[in-house]
Amino acid sequence: MKKQIQGILIGAAVAVGVSGFAGVADAGKMVYEAGDRKSGYTYATKATQSIQDDDLANPAYLWVDEGDALWNKIDGKAGKSCASCHGGKVVRLNDVGARYPVYNAKLGKMQSLEQRINQERKEKMGAKPYKWESKQMLSMTAYIRNLSKGKPMNVSIDGPVIPFFAKGKAFYEKKRGQLDMSCKICHEDNAGNMIRANLLSEGQSNGFPVYRLKWQKPGSIHRRFRGCNKQVRAKPYGYGSDEYVNLELYVAWRGRGLSVETPAVRN
Amino acid sequence: MKGEVFEVKSLVSHKMETGLRKNKKTGKKIPRDIINKFSVTYGGKEVFGADWHPAVSANPYTSFFVKASKSGPVVLKWTDDAGKVTEKTVKIKVSG
Repeated sequence: MKKQIQGILIGAAVAVGVSGFAGVADAGKMVYEAGDRKSGYTYATKATQSIQDDDLANPAYLWVDEGDALWNKIDGKAGKSCASCHGGKVVRLNDVGARYPVYNAKLGKMQSLEQRINQERKEKMGAKPYKWESKQMLSMTAYIRNLSKGKPMNVSIDGPVIPFFAKGKAFYEKKRGQLDMSCKICHEDNAGNMIRANLLSEGQSNGFPVYRLKWQKPGSIHRRFRGCNKQVRAKPYGYGSDEYVNLELYVAWRGRGLSVETPAVRN
Repeated sequence: MKGEVFEVKSLVSHKMETGLRKNKKTGKKIPRDIINKFSVTYGGKEVFGADWHPAVSANPYTSFFVKASKSGPVVLKWTDDAGKVTEKTVKIKVSG
């Protein structure tokens, strides 16, 4: 948080084009509805959608650009950058955004993209881990998941993942907090209805890290989980807790088939 | 092409601190720090200028239209309350 406050005028991204030129070329390929599942995009207002539709207007791309720079930056004792191993073009990683979190056999549990990045930083680069909600981590996850933009969400729920999927589902359906509400009550049973002045979406995760206009910056799915938990007056779990990673898996499965939209823009 | 109207789109990273928020722990006001001036010149002549106030969002996006008259640099300049200036130059080539 402090970094963010100090980092005034970190960079200027400027694009100039003849009218009509914009980053909307891939908008036609995006899948916002798959079966009975609808992306948060379809619940957003036209004004919010138009920010997301134009890559040049979407402020989250400042973070994606920063992630690109971090990708190529040498860090840590090993004198390596991400690009040293994965190459500059990241061809092999272009589906990561669609299939995380994944089962990690060594840990014996699910691993989110954030945790994977820090594992690589520690083991391969000898670098300090990024803090979960730091500018660097948000930039890196936004950059990596953006490589999968347009790909259908496709997490594996087979084999060793089965018990973790069950835990995520149980978390999703369990009522909690003073208001005694579960994720399901709002985002499944009442999606499309109003909760006070807000329209409830299905709570899909295909656009994360998402630039929330309320936050005025991108945030991780775990930040969103914590916000939801607090709103039903329950005690939130920690960033990167097993509970949230399992929940992230279940929520990603709920959005199967929807295009990865990272970085999406929401209200 | 000469005479053609083109769109300039710009996005700049800034926290745009309004000066109205308080630090939750100390209760002290966080001093205002926003971009108060945005000006754009094209070939040395100002084509777009704006004085901004605290209602402008963080990471402000601006777009506007300019008529291509001659080849030259488009210079975008953001000035904030701390006096920090961010500049970006884009070269424009006009044919015909």
